[in-house]
Amino acid sequence: MTHPANGNNQVLLRVRDLKTHFPVREGVFSRVAAWVRAVDGVSFEIHEGETLGLVGESGCGKTTVGHSVLRLIDYTAGTVEFEGKDLNRMPPAELRAMRQDMQVIFQDPFSSLNPRMTVGSIIGEALAIHGRGNRRERAEIVRETLQKCGLDPAYTNRFPHEFSGGQRQRIGIARALALNPRFIVCDEPVSALDVSIQSQIINLLAELKEQYDLAYLFIAHDLSVVEYISDRVAVMYLGRIVEVATSDELYHNPLHPYTQALLSAVPVPDPTRQKQRTVLPGDVPSPIDPPSGCRFHPRCPLAIDICKQEEPQKSEVDGHSVWCHVAEEQR
Amino acid sequence: MNDTRPPQLQVRDLKTHFFTEDGVVRAVDGISFVLDKGRTLGLVGESGCGKSVSALSVMGLVSPPGWIVEGEILLDGLDLLEVPESGMRQVRGNRISMIFQEPMTSLNPVFTIGNQIMEAIRVHQKVSRNEARDRAIEMLRKVKIPAPETRVDEFPHQMSGGMRQRVMIAMALACGPEVLIADEPTTALDVTIQAQIMELLAELQSDLKMSILLITHNLGLVAEVSDHIAVMYASKVVEYTGTRELFASPAHPYTHGLLTSVPTLGMPRDRELNVIPGQVPNPLHFPSGCKFHPRCPLAEERCQTEEPLLEEVQPGHWAACHMIEGGSLPLSGVNP
Repeated sequence: MTHPANGNNQVLLRVRDLKTHFPVREGVFSRVAAWVRAVDGVSFEIHEGETLGLVGESGCGKTTVGHSVLRLIDYTAGTVEFEGKDLNRMPPAELRAMRQDMQVIFQDPFSSLNPRMTVGSIIGEALAIHGRGNRRERAEIVRETLQKCGLDPAYTNRFPHEFSGGQRQRIGIARALALNPRFIVCDEPVSALDVSIQSQIINLLAELKEQYDLAYLFIAHDLSVVEYISDRVAVMYLGRIVEVATSDELYHNPLHPYTQALLSAVPVPDPTRQKQRTVLPGDVPSPIDPPSGCRFHPRCPLAIDICKQEEPQKSEVDGHSVWCHVAEEQR
Repeated sequence: MNDTRPPQLQVRDLKTHFFTEDGVVRAVDGISFVLDKGRTLGLVGESGCGKSVSALSVMGLVSPPGWIVEGEILLDGLDLLEVPESGMRQVRGNRISMIFQEPMTSLNPVFTIGNQIMEAIRVHQKVSRNEARDRAIEMLRKVKIPAPETRVDEFPHQMSGGMRQRVMIAMALACGPEVLIADEPTTALDVTIQAQIMELLAELQSDLKMSILLITHNLGLVAEVSDHIAVMYASKVVEYTGTRELFASPAHPYTHGLLTSVPTLGMPRDRELNVIPGQVPNPLHFPSGCKFHPRCPLAEERCQTEEPLLEEVQPGHWAACHMIEGGSLPLSGVNP
């Protein structure tokens, strides 16, 4: 079903040291009082036809990463290269053309579809903007795309409110798919859906990926979903990636104490399985003033002196990377 | 799980309907379940299946256009539907308490958390302000809020989501209720915070010897904490049994579908997820017969016309499905 993460496939997206900071403004003159370091030095690569899962708790910056790599938000520092071209240095016209290959699916299928547009125009808008075909050809593409996504092509003249959550998410997927992209950012695509509908959408995304050789950046907080759909998984904590590994490796051999705690905190629908649970103390700190050294150290059960002072560096063995002083030692 | 305990809360054939302009919404349509003393019952279902309305009915908090049209709710033998509103005020918050999904909207933003906990105490017990305050601090300590003496004077917005849910729990448990209804208590929280809250609830349960009705859509959560589970679909309980039994051999095709359609950690990735086709039905236009029949892989003609009753298919295992014969369903294999 999936490609292993290997070197055979070309790198499609390369992100280096990405930083996205938001100003916090204050007072009459909107003076910048502080910076929210939502994403603070993130690097990863996505190969052609590969799914990279990005997990983390709310506020860790995973959505900001997704929006930054599409340049839906301008990032503060770092580079994002799509097919070897730096998005930040690209002239607007070229960026627009490039966007045909990079699309996005949003979390909330209710607020992400314009209620005044018909399904046909929602899906066909991008085709018109990028000048694909004439009106009749575009209508044909819309119908085909609807069918690909498991919707009746006769729905083109209906409005979003006529559909259920699962169907709307299919419309959102059809919109992303219409231009035949190579890369899609899926931003929590199933978390707003009911349990019985989630698997419909997960299966659809997996099928489409296989059929059209799509690469996904799959952002979610639900570890079981991410583990299931991704080839590789990156775990984020407070604006940083703390661990990257293949999905199997991460599940069977998590190295970072945060990943371990996250995995152990997920309730498993199997009452016969007794789990050893690591309950993390405290809350995620504020990204305005992150802790010194390793950002996880105030909650870490393994923290030693060095963790408070020095930021851990990447340690990589066989494509399994971890940013942790203790884990590095133990390797 | 085998020893029997006396029932703390019994709901029998409860019907709560909403009489709206668009028609009658049968939000809860004849449900029955039993919550034993000191145990946890998980009420599982998808959005709109009526699980929250069931909880509000037990609390006596259904307001027009909603009415409880039929049924019995027995708290330790006392039928709550016979109790007048003035009497319910003595029950609510004192013998039965509830915590909600969104701790921010359930707390009053203009009062300190101390004030809100004290109010809950002073409504039910004749104590002085100082005593109530001491009790409030004591409760905050019990739910493990650090520095309770100073945090008692904070406002809800000064706290994180996890802390607010702890405050809600402190408030709900301030009068030592016999039953706690937890309506999606961790849905708005991150998994690591969810683990904290569930651990806390388990501790408090054994401490205070209370029974918990846990309402959630999260199958993992009920698997870990409940003793019994009632699965709801379209305003009805479709299956009710012990937790191990339910996960080992689900009888109802809906339960089976749910259990096989969620990805679980460590499951092989080449296995395709099972799909329950179609949508959750609209409560204004429920299908005839068995409400699950349009989505059911086993449905036959009888299912379209005749509504199945909740029957005991195995000792202690209840399910509402025509297709069950000899206690088992022609579907199998939740954990191949």
